Amino acid sequence: MDQNELTAFDAAVLPHLNAAYNLARWLTRDDQDAQDVVQEACLRAFKYWKSFSGRDCRSWLLAIVRNTYYSWLRQRSVQPALTEDGEIDEVDDAVPNPENVLLQNADRQLLKAALEDLPAEFREAIVLREMEGLSYKEIADIASVPIGTIMSRLARARKRLQIYLTNAGVRKSS
Amino acid sequence: MTCNETKNLLNAYVDGELDSAGSIGVEAHVQACPSCLADVENLHALASSIQNGMLRYEAPRQLKRNVHAAIRTANPETRSTSWNWRWAAAFATALVILLVVWGLNRQQANSSEEALLVNDIVSSHVRSMMANHITDVASSDSHTVKPWFGGKLDYSPPAKDLTAQGFRLIGGRLDYLENRPVAALVYQRSQHFINLFVWPSGDTRIKPEDQLARQGYNIIHWTKSGMTYWLVSELNLAELNECARLLQE
Repeated sequence: MDQNELTAFDAAVLPHLNAAYNLARWLTRDDQDAQDVVQEACLRAFKYWKSFSGRDCRSWLLAIVRNTYYSWLRQRSVQPALTEDGEIDEVDDAVPNPENVLLQNADRQLLKAALEDLPAEFREAIVLREMEGLSYKEIADIASVPIGTIMSRLARARKRLQIYLTNAGVRKSS
Repeated sequence: MTCNETKNLLNAYVDGELDSAGSIGVEAHVQACPSCLADVENLHALASSIQNGMLRYEAPRQLKRNVHAAIRTANPETRSTSWNWRWAAAFATALVILLVVWGLNRQQANSSEEALLVNDIVSSHVRSMMANHITDVASSDSHTVKPWFGGKLDYSPPAKDLTAQGFRLIGGRLDYLENRPVAALVYQRSQHFINLFVWPSGDTRIKPEDQLARQGYNIIHWTKSGMTYWLVSELNLAELNECARLLQE
């Protein structure tokens, strides 16, 4: 490893630092923790830089950030709220259809709270899908799960978000 | 497609992840099913709320710096090599400066050496006429002049007779230039004398002609076949050039 390698690493990896931080920030829900995770992830990335084949660098880095987050959690012996993947929640009339108007004008803070309330696997799927614009395949690769699992997680995550926002809307209006 | 089948695919449909057959199937059902249509609209609304909600965090400024620092701390070789690089760069810069200075000095030295030589050549030419000692061997015959130098120099200067072309060879002389004895061949054009100084130079390349004027004398210099030639005379430059051309033939 020499200066040239570090320069090449900088050029390839640093442009995705925002994406890395955004994912870490949503996963940890804390600025300092997110910075720690990204820093650790970049160290790992640099370590594996030689074996990186040069495919999508952003996905590669995001996968490292994600793995770093989960090992960081284990180190802190905080168990993430794991959810079992399975069938999409039963869709029935018990879940009220929220008003479009409410969602479109959803207060940023409310939306933020709703996202932070999601289990980590759901949250990361939403962040990678809606904020990074990644495909199911890319998200599946990053999370090391089948595409079907990502589809299911996204559906369940959105259902939860809708319920959260609707309930908040109901509380607000009442 | 039933309502339940459709609802399972609605997220993938909204995300554009269905193949065209699946997409068409969902579309057909949604057009006929108000409940599914409402779901689709809600999913679109939710997606755009998140996408437009300015919810993406920007990495703090210092993060990049910290990442760099962390990498360098964890990989001391990057730091040491970076220092090596800096030293190498500094060394290279110093070397370049040294070479440039040396080159300039050399150039300056060369040009001052050449200026001295030109002065010597002009002086020799002037002296040869003032002292009435223009030739050691007076002959218009190159076969007389050329062998005359034989025992006096470690090289054989060309002694070309150009009488037919209007430059009469009148003889040869031993002179002293550049710390060595050199051959001076003397030509006459009407009332003007021309000194041709010849000696071997280390340079085997053919150098383009060099024309100078000093103290009213014209000087033409060239190098050919490892010999350096200096032609000097009060003769006008055009005629001296002709002489030089004939000598170079």
